[in-house]
Amino acid sequence: MSVDAQTVRRIAHLARIAVSEEEVAPLQGELNAILAFVEQLGAVDVTGVEPMTSVTPMRMKRREDAITEGDRAADIVANAPETEDGYFLVPKVVE
Amino acid sequence: MTAPVNPKKLIKGGLHDWEVVIGMEIHAQVTSRSKLFSGAATAFGAEPNAHVSLVDAAMPGMLPVINEECVAQAVRTGLGLKARINLRSVFDRKNYFYPDLPQGYQISQYKDPIVGEGEVLVDLPEGESITVGIERLHLEQDAGKSLHDQSPTQSFVDLNRSGVALMEIVSRPDLRSSEEARAYVTKLRTILRYLGTCDGDMEKGNLRADVNVSVRRPGEPLGTRCEIKNVNSIRFIGQAIETEARRQIAILEDGGRIGQETRLFDPGKGETRSMRSKEEAHDYRYFPDPDLLPLEFDQAFVDGLAAGLPELPDAKKARFVSDFGLSPYDAGVLVAERASADYYEAVAKGRDGKLAANWVINELFGRLNKEGKGIEETPVSAAQLGAIVDLIVEGTISGKIAKDLFEIVWSEGGDPRAVVEERGMKQVTDTGAIEAAVDAIIAGNPDKVAQAKEKPTLLGWFVGQTMKATGGKANPAAVNALLKAKLGIE
Repeated sequence: MSVDAQTVRRIAHLARIAVSEEEVAPLQGELNAILAFVEQLGAVDVTGVEPMTSVTPMRMKRREDAITEGDRAADIVANAPETEDGYFLVPKVVE
Repeated sequence: MTAPVNPKKLIKGGLHDWEVVIGMEIHAQVTSRSKLFSGAATAFGAEPNAHVSLVDAAMPGMLPVINEECVAQAVRTGLGLKARINLRSVFDRKNYFYPDLPQGYQISQYKDPIVGEGEVLVDLPEGESITVGIERLHLEQDAGKSLHDQSPTQSFVDLNRSGVALMEIVSRPDLRSSEEARAYVTKLRTILRYLGTCDGDMEKGNLRADVNVSVRRPGEPLGTRCEIKNVNSIRFIGQAIETEARRQIAILEDGGRIGQETRLFDPGKGETRSMRSKEEAHDYRYFPDPDLLPLEFDQAFVDGLAAGLPELPDAKKARFVSDFGLSPYDAGVLVAERASADYYEAVAKGRDGKLAANWVINELFGRLNKEGKGIEETPVSAAQLGAIVDLIVEGTISGKIAKDLFEIVWSEGGDPRAVVEERGMKQVTDTGAIEAAVDAIIAGNPDKVAQAKEKPTLLGWFVGQTMKATGGKANPAAVNALLKAKLGIE
């Protein structure tokens, strides 16, 4: 599996990462090197082996349905560049 | 599904008849105190960002921990939809960017949902019913809310809804008209409300629908579908389908092609319009969420929840028909809301079920509708209405007087039996008193008496006069019998 320049541009756009034209070719090389590295796993025969989801046999941790957090709007928006009345403000987005 | 085509459901185009094919994705907010993966509250109407934990705001290093009640609610819903419960399911990340999605992905379930195939039985007017297949139900996070009307240049973002648990319930494309689609959502909402797993409040956005619509000539393969996003009332669902089907038919009859896309319904303009450009075609790059292990539970957990389920609408309706002798239609009206069904049962207990149903549906529901009230706000309790029914059956009051009594109890309250005593509303069954009234009317109207011998339908006039003379309290059966005898009518 390998990616072409168009796929690199597309992935960058989906991830909202600005990639200049000069960066596309080097990134394509890097991505293909990573993919080739990972593809070595394809050489292993895993027929009948159940996919592993955890290194220790454990059950997903659960939580009781109780309200334990909240009421800290000031902290929640503290890092935002712009806020008003407890809201985050962002450049206008309308679908 | 290959149900036979019902010609009545086809839409007439300019050239041909068209069949509309509809499938729905319903997003139902899970009833729980806290969110799916955090301990922040789910309650509606809080100050902006007050119900937000650091997990919901996607602060770096925060980890999701699943709310076990949300899992139980999804399983209960699956059981209510007669669906397969998957003892192992997996959470995936659905990646997309939007300002009210701080994680940059929604935790959802893609390949392995918690609930598999099920079905919903939907009753339609005129006694018809259809079975709508459920493809799956999965758990996922809701996004936050963006307000676009607060400023000309900025959007305001509130994350209170971010991370609230949703059940996405996906139907098969088994619906063939806007009427069927509306009936399906109504029934699904009823089931969810019975189960207590979603309050079904569409005004608050707690139940919203994405509607997939395509059209085809009857017998042909499925056409290309368009998805109408986020329709938030049952009436709009119907309108959106009609509008979209006609748009597609017009394009196809003009020789055009339908492009698969996401559209929005604008109820004000009565049109659907394209929402996303093709360039932005969905590419959610789902992958298993590495922060969450697979969700696993045993059959005993499912059985425990199954044992605690309430009686559901279909079973209740069948029981009302068999135990109380109700028509399927009346039983359907009564079970549409659990509170209405409970009220009816309290009235019907130990009484004539049909008479009780008439009073609950015609008098009580009629009056509640007129005042725009729900069953929870009824000023006439089930015990009071039951007493009114008893008074009719005993022959203490006539059906006509009972309506007056209902009005008094509605506006003034009180024990119906005591009201009847105090206000002298008792039916006169004393033949002597009725006879006196009848004799007076016969004596005063010799011409009518003569005519009645030729024209027996005049009996009605005499009954009316007698009832008037007795203030409506005479027993109608006794009045009829006496008049027939005295006028010599068979």
